[in-house]
Amino acid sequence: MIDQRILDTHNLTRGEFDLIVSLIGREPNLTEIGVFSAMWSEHCSYKSSKIYLKGLPTRGRAVVQGPGENAGIIDIGGGKVIVFKIESHNHPSFIEPFQGAATGVGGILRDIFTMGARPIALLDSLRFGPLESPRNRSIMEGVVSGISSYGNSIGVPTVGGEVYFGENYALNPLVNVFCLGLADKDKIFYAKAEGIGNAVLYVGSKTGRDGIHGATMASAEFGKETEHKRPNVQVGDPFKEKLLVEACLEVMDRGVIVGIQDMGAAGLTCSTAEMPAKSGTGLEIDLDLVPQREEGMTPYEILLSESQERMLIVARPDKVAEVREIFSKWDLDAVEIGRVIEGDRMKVRFHGQVVVDVPVSAVVDLCPMYRRPVAEPAPLEPRNVRPVPSPGDLAAVFRKLLGSPTIASKEWVFRQYDHMVQTNTVLLPGADAAVLRIKGTTRALAVSLDGNSLYAQLDPKTGAAIAVAEACRNLACVGARPVGVTNCLNFGSPEKPGVMAQFKAAIDGITEACLAFEIPVTGGNVSFYNDTEGASIYPTPVLGVVGLIEDVGRVVTPGFKGEGDAVVLLGRMTPELGGSEYLKVAHGREDGLPPAINLAGERAVQETCLEAAEAGMLASAHDLSEGGLAVAAAECAFAAPGRLGCRLELEGGIRADALLFGEAQSRILVTVEPALLPALLDLAAKRGVAASRIGTIGGHRIRIAVAGAVPVDLPVEEARTIWSGAIPAYFEAKES
Amino acid sequence: MKFGVVVFPGSNCDADTLYAFREVMGQPAVSLWHKDHDLAGVDCVVLPGGFSYGDYLRSGAIARFSPLMRDVREFADKGGLVLGICNGFQVLLELGLLPGAMLRNKHLKFLCRPVTLRVENDRTRFTRRARKERLLSIPIAHFDGNYYAPPETLREIEDRGQVAFRYVDADGRATPEANVNGSLNNIAGLVNARGNVLGMMPHPERAAERLLGSEDGRVIFESMISTL
Repeated sequence: MIDQRILDTHNLTRGEFDLIVSLIGREPNLTEIGVFSAMWSEHCSYKSSKIYLKGLPTRGRAVVQGPGENAGIIDIGGGKVIVFKIESHNHPSFIEPFQGAATGVGGILRDIFTMGARPIALLDSLRFGPLESPRNRSIMEGVVSGISSYGNSIGVPTVGGEVYFGENYALNPLVNVFCLGLADKDKIFYAKAEGIGNAVLYVGSKTGRDGIHGATMASAEFGKETEHKRPNVQVGDPFKEKLLVEACLEVMDRGVIVGIQDMGAAGLTCSTAEMPAKSGTGLEIDLDLVPQREEGMTPYEILLSESQERMLIVARPDKVAEVREIFSKWDLDAVEIGRVIEGDRMKVRFHGQVVVDVPVSAVVDLCPMYRRPVAEPAPLEPRNVRPVPSPGDLAAVFRKLLGSPTIASKEWVFRQYDHMVQTNTVLLPGADAAVLRIKGTTRALAVSLDGNSLYAQLDPKTGAAIAVAEACRNLACVGARPVGVTNCLNFGSPEKPGVMAQFKAAIDGITEACLAFEIPVTGGNVSFYNDTEGASIYPTPVLGVVGLIEDVGRVVTPGFKGEGDAVVLLGRMTPELGGSEYLKVAHGREDGLPPAINLAGERAVQETCLEAAEAGMLASAHDLSEGGLAVAAAECAFAAPGRLGCRLELEGGIRADALLFGEAQSRILVTVEPALLPALLDLAAKRGVAASRIGTIGGHRIRIAVAGAVPVDLPVEEARTIWSGAIPAYFEAKES
Repeated sequence: MKFGVVVFPGSNCDADTLYAFREVMGQPAVSLWHKDHDLAGVDCVVLPGGFSYGDYLRSGAIARFSPLMRDVREFADKGGLVLGICNGFQVLLELGLLPGAMLRNKHLKFLCRPVTLRVENDRTRFTRRARKERLLSIPIAHFDGNYYAPPETLREIEDRGQVAFRYVDADGRATPEANVNGSLNNIAGLVNARGNVLGMMPHPERAAERLLGSEDGRVIFESMISTL
């Protein structure tokens, strides 16, 4: 008998329960309730977000696979496709940082190789509470070592990403993991269960009691009792997954399977339901045949376990022996646990009894879609409503900004990641975008992850549009043209009308920006319920954009190159202070409006940079973001050989703090040999892009003059010490 | 010269190493499956980096029992050229082909970064193309690279000139600060007494192309190629 208590523990509403009863024509048993609750969870069904996600631009000439599959696919020509996706693992990473983050990596890797692609790069977008708190440090340390442990072992380089810090993430850190894979266009695989009578094979790790109801957990707010949920977090085994990658890619290469699906959220339930749903067939499995690592597991537990490193494969009966042989070469079992059947049925047996017998379509496609109440968008703050006092000592502010963890060097993080394995990494982490050469060609791929949640909190639509623009701008800085987008939308509870208003506005912002840049969204992930003890995180849309570089020899890097090179600012100086890191660090304020963005203007700036890069004109390029011009110039000096500095002279007209640290959008700092300066300025003029020489490379100081005064004048070495030492200082006591 | 790169379950630099020998150095190279008993007539066996058997138990501890390792030992005993990189070095230590053991890095963190090495002995078959004291920039990527040997073994190693590379600073000094993982005597690479087996923690296959930041690893491959 299913009572209210059972529905509550399964996060099912009475209305949803009534719908289940009418769909299956009787009252479901407890196992079936488990199946529906997992598949109808927010995490698996996207029931609160789907109506909005439909508005995203997903079409494009090169799109092979848009949203709806394990990952998106873009044709890059030459018979090759790229397969990529980003996914969140926020809740597990809060409860158990190491395993939560590690299995996040494992999960996204499976999404990629499931489709026939070899994973070639990982990136992570991380958000933690301030490092002053030991708990936040311990979460960060656990997350970073979890990512490091899994990615390093499996041999996929972690080549970049971003790390932000903010009070609102203290009780709800974000771990978004992105993976990029490369495949032959004629060897893409899907989660198909075609061919009545075909065998269903279970491969990979045995099933245990770990991770039961992870998907449901990810679909609810956290209270104070999160400690009790630790057993819900899965445990990762990267070695097993490495074997799985090699074995799966080998069976795919040999063409001996029909379809394949990984067991991620909702485990065996999800793959057993989704594979036939996509093929209009049914599936019948026998749980007694499922390899188990614990005794006495109930059908409920076996079906809902989220044990890691498992896949479901459909193969023709005459190919089963060959599949088995390949898996056994890699010391893995491939066990036949069922077959494809006719009709819309998901049938599960256990000890000779049928324990689940429901229509596949009911489980997969008929989850109710919600149009949740949306609050009227909060009126945006008028621009610069509260005056910002001018700080007396801009030099001190500059130092403070360099040492702010959000701006400071992330080397402490990325040196724990193997970012070089596979020998494709052209730009090391810390550059504007990660760049990976494609062996056997002269081309390269670039990836950038971006998202500024303070912007999104102050104005969700603009914040989300800026995330797209900045990711594309980062690609432009290395000389890459964007080809596709994936997004990870981290929000609070969709049951709060205010959160839904933020979500809706963010989708609008992403849509507008993607249309402006003419790039398709090929998939992504929505993570709702990022609320702990009633408080929601700032809306955090993280955008991952992949780009293509035709000539890897023309990759541009951020570091200054030559004494005497001209420093040019592409884009316009406008007074923007709202939502800036400067306002936060120097004035303790998180208010105002984020910088305005004109998407057409932004694109013109990026095109100018790209054209100059492709013509081989640029010595260096770096985008302006948190910390504005002063921080960008410093970062270029830090990346330069021999601590090369610069002398910049800015005209007045705008208050000095906005000139130095303001975060006006659509700006790129480039350097060129003096002889190439006229050509660059011409190029910009043709596109109507503001471009002006603001200084010269030389010396070993970062010197910025504003209207006659020299507010910033610091030796590169000294600035670098502040910047590179800030994050390690929080952890050092333990390390020395 | 024909190279053979051993593939253990969990190896993850095997493809990179094959690429470096074949595509970058233009040498014939094949992969050798750990379960076989066949060295395919190679002139040099390479144990690549990675996490053989997940590095569970202890780095390299399980891989040493792979069937092919018997053949590798015989090959080495006969004077065949064997190079172990990173995890391959750890396997060589576990096999007893090289003396000593690896501890966790001194800061107890995985470390991936370029390091500067100083060539200590230019008379080995792996370093003969590099002048003694030459500095090489080659990346490391490991958790267990903190070399340890008992005092008398360490003395022997040093006396016989078995240290191939040391971690040094930009000026070539073997300082404690330059000793990234805490290895005894800053040891980054080691040959056996006979000089036909080299184990090194840094990854020369990651430093073989200018595009990837350094070509300093090539001198090791060139030295090996020049011996046949």
